[in-house]
Amino acid sequence: MIAALDIPYWAQTAIKVAVALGLVSGSAFIFAYVFLYKIMSHMQSRLGPMEAGPHGILQLLADGVKFLQKEDLVPERADRFVFAAAPVVVMISTVLLYVVIPASPTLVGADLGAGVFYALAASSLSVIGILMAGWASANKYSLIGGLRAAGQLIAYELPLLLAVVGVVIQAGTLSLSGIVAAQADGEIFGLGAFGQPFVLTQLVGFAIFLVASQAELTQAPFDMPIAESELVAGYMTEYSGFRFLVFYISELATTFAFAALGATLFLGGWWFPGLDTSGGLLSNLVGPAVLFAKIMVVAFVIFWVRFSYPRLREDQLQTFAWKVLIPLSLANIMVTAVLKVAL
Amino acid sequence: MALDVDRDALVLGLRDELGDAVLDAVVVAGVDVWVRVDRRAWVQAAEACRDRLGLRYFCFLSAIDWLPSPFGRAEGQGVDLSRLAGAETVPMEQGAVETVPMEQGVAGGETRFQLLARLSSPTTQLGLTLKADVPDDDLRVDTWSGVYAGADWHERETAEMYGIEFVGHPHPAHIYLPGDFEGYPLRKDFPLVARLVKPWPGIVDVEAMPGEPVEEVADVAADGTEASA
Amino acid sequence: MSTVSERQQQAYVAGVAADARINVELETEGMTLNLGPQHPATHGTLRIVVRLEGEQVVEAEPVMGYMHRGYEKLVEVRSYPQINTLVNRIDWLGSFANEVPFILAAERLMDVEAPPRAQWIRTLFFELSRIANLSLFLGDLGVQLGAITPVFYAFRDREHVLNLIESATGGRFHPNFDRIGGLKEDLPRGFVDEARAAMGKLRDFCDELETLLFGNEIFERRTRGIGVIPAEVALGYGLSGANLRASGVDWDLRRDQPSPLAWSEIDWKVWTHPDGDSFARCWVRLQETREATFMVEQLLDGLPSGPIMAKVPRIVKVPTGEAWVSTENPLGEMGYYVVSKGDTGPFRVKIRSASFNNISVLPWVLRGVYVADVITIISSMYFILGDVDR
Repeated sequence: MIAALDIPYWAQTAIKVAVALGLVSGSAFIFAYVFLYKIMSHMQSRLGPMEAGPHGILQLLADGVKFLQKEDLVPERADRFVFAAAPVVVMISTVLLYVVIPASPTLVGADLGAGVFYALAASSLSVIGILMAGWASANKYSLIGGLRAAGQLIAYELPLLLAVVGVVIQAGTLSLSGIVAAQADGEIFGLGAFGQPFVLTQLVGFAIFLVASQAELTQAPFDMPIAESELVAGYMTEYSGFRFLVFYISELATTFAFAALGATLFLGGWWFPGLDTSGGLLSNLVGPAVLFAKIMVVAFVIFWVRFSYPRLREDQLQTFAWKVLIPLSLANIMVTAVLKVAL
Repeated sequence: MALDVDRDALVLGLRDELGDAVLDAVVVAGVDVWVRVDRRAWVQAAEACRDRLGLRYFCFLSAIDWLPSPFGRAEGQGVDLSRLAGAETVPMEQGAVETVPMEQGVAGGETRFQLLARLSSPTTQLGLTLKADVPDDDLRVDTWSGVYAGADWHERETAEMYGIEFVGHPHPAHIYLPGDFEGYPLRKDFPLVARLVKPWPGIVDVEAMPGEPVEEVADVAADGTEASA
Repeated sequence: MSTVSERQQQAYVAGVAADARINVELETEGMTLNLGPQHPATHGTLRIVVRLEGEQVVEAEPVMGYMHRGYEKLVEVRSYPQINTLVNRIDWLGSFANEVPFILAAERLMDVEAPPRAQWIRTLFFELSRIANLSLFLGDLGVQLGAITPVFYAFRDREHVLNLIESATGGRFHPNFDRIGGLKEDLPRGFVDEARAAMGKLRDFCDELETLLFGNEIFERRTRGIGVIPAEVALGYGLSGANLRASGVDWDLRRDQPSPLAWSEIDWKVWTHPDGDSFARCWVRLQETREATFMVEQLLDGLPSGPIMAKVPRIVKVPTGEAWVSTENPLGEMGYYVVSKGDTGPFRVKIRSASFNNISVLPWVLRGVYVADVITIISSMYFILGDVDR
């Protein structure tokens, strides 16, 4: 859409960059307030922050200022450059994820033909950032935490990928806009009014996707690397103040991005019955809102599980990934492929 | 006096195993049983209790220091150690008339320090209190940690609090006190520093409860003696 | 002539040396890990020094004494009512339960018996303190395994019990309610109805927790088979309470030891579990909490009327003698060996606290377990630092 405006390319890019950055932090703030402050509190039978602003809305501002005014500590033996670069790497991987998610037929950072492939590849960059953080902290315990996190994230990349392959087979395209269009144009037993959100046929894939993204986000029940703070502190120990805030924002923003991916791949993305997949004002206005609603639903499930379950031990976690999720997702692919050819 | 067959059986069992090492035994029917053994048969007594009497549950092990406290509970209430009868550590004053006896408790005793241990049986619900005299000049007893694993920590605490050495203990180290602590706190001649710094004036607030007649209140002076109402 | 400058060469050599240094420093074999004195997982200031070989624990040694207050020395200079206040603070979560064995020992030496109403109310508060203590355990259990929600429910429902205790005694945590010969005062009006309502809510909480936490497959995987303690080992170390019953030993001092309190007058069950692992210990405590709510209701129904204090002199002087009384406290067997010489205060009191023995088994049970299981085992053993350190 921005291409439709008659402004030079650098201006278009600048606007896109600004929107992406604003979206990243904005989404983190929304998630922090809605889910961490309010929904978690209500689930735990308490109110959450109520003092700062009406229903604690300004608590976010207070927390932000608190983080910014903290002393910036760098351990003496830490590798300064890597130490400083680690949060940036994690943030970069998050921002890169936002590029491909379509909010409407024209509202997309870059409509890549290999959108799915690109998204999953971009999300795995965060592993490097975590390893950098663990190593550069010059702290035995951070290193162990970082290594465990890396092992967990790499292990759960595979089920994530394989679960999405089923969707790709069914849609016939790697492009995220193409997948939304496929769901919009599909039919349920001949009834075309509601399209065919892939959650119906790819239920197993959706479940695996949710579990794997829970692990990718190191949320409970897979939060051993972070709740290592029982025994040791995780890879984020030595970080304080603004650097820690960057880690935290990227964690929440990645949650938003994964929820968006899940909504796009399985729930139909920005499409709603009645919207036009090829463009038009209505799609461009209503699409983002629809997508946002679906994101909130998926994120609610992610956070709900986080608040409810105890955590798995590291070896149980790895066993679950390699021995349960991967075979299951492979079976899912097989069945999808067979049925795609047969039906 | 009622007969307590089960507790008597405990005593008989111990006498059978240890013979002369059982120095004294007291059975209070329906309540409890105390046995004092010779400290040289301390481990043997434990083994007899565990294997023959079925007292497999280790409750606790500690010690009692029978020296009357030279500091007392309130100002002026302590005992002058020089007046202590039979106290080998403190010389008797020449011409002293009044002496304060150092009395041991149930099942008697001859020394200042006495080991105190309690064992129970989870099936017969009986418990046995064992005591053993530890002489001042040889504060050593064999360790129970080979018989009851739980005695390990209890002996460490008794050793640091009383200065009794447990021969053969696998890891005799302080358990509560810091490593460089000097002295043995639970001994009676080790002062409670808080009370030295600020002496306790005794019971001061003796008032009648609302509605209670005044004669009920006994006026207790600071040295613990009751004045007549 | 080298193309690399001398400074660059020096920098390279220094870099290699630094890398080598870090490789040695970060050697993870034989690593010693310190579970703090300040630590979120231990209920208080307990320090456990753990030596690791890779992921497994080779040796674990608890270091205590950070909270040692010298109770056994303090009681030698105090009178019995003063000691009653002190003794509240040993196991501060179930405070009333600490007073009871001490008061019973003094009463035995004085040959005084409290009237029936007092004994029943003592039992009532004893069970209330058990509920207060164990419901916190149940909440905390979740947190230490990663489930952050049950602890809020636990604290919310525990408030009912604490409010009950406060309404009758004036103190939520330290009631200081027991007196030699009876109780300080009678129950306030409306206590019985409030207590019944509270028991209903607590039973709901137990049911909720059972589904939320115990029914959870992850919880089972984290706790089943972890930290198995066979019955003979448990007896040798002197483990008591739920720890012992979870190893299959059917022993509960409330049922098995004659006591003037009212346990023999009501109908209740002792819960045991044959496995002896962490799951068993947690499960037994959950059942005990629920059982305690039933017991409280029966006690409320059967409360006899009458005086709550026997005739005892104002200044209590306990005759010469020795007495040992122990009760089944929430944490285990707690007992007092009181040596009296006829004074207003005891000559020596040996305080046998349950957690001291419960922790002494840690060096044995923690050998060979994974690092992540150390927390599971510690939280399932359940101790209070005041009880450990006295």
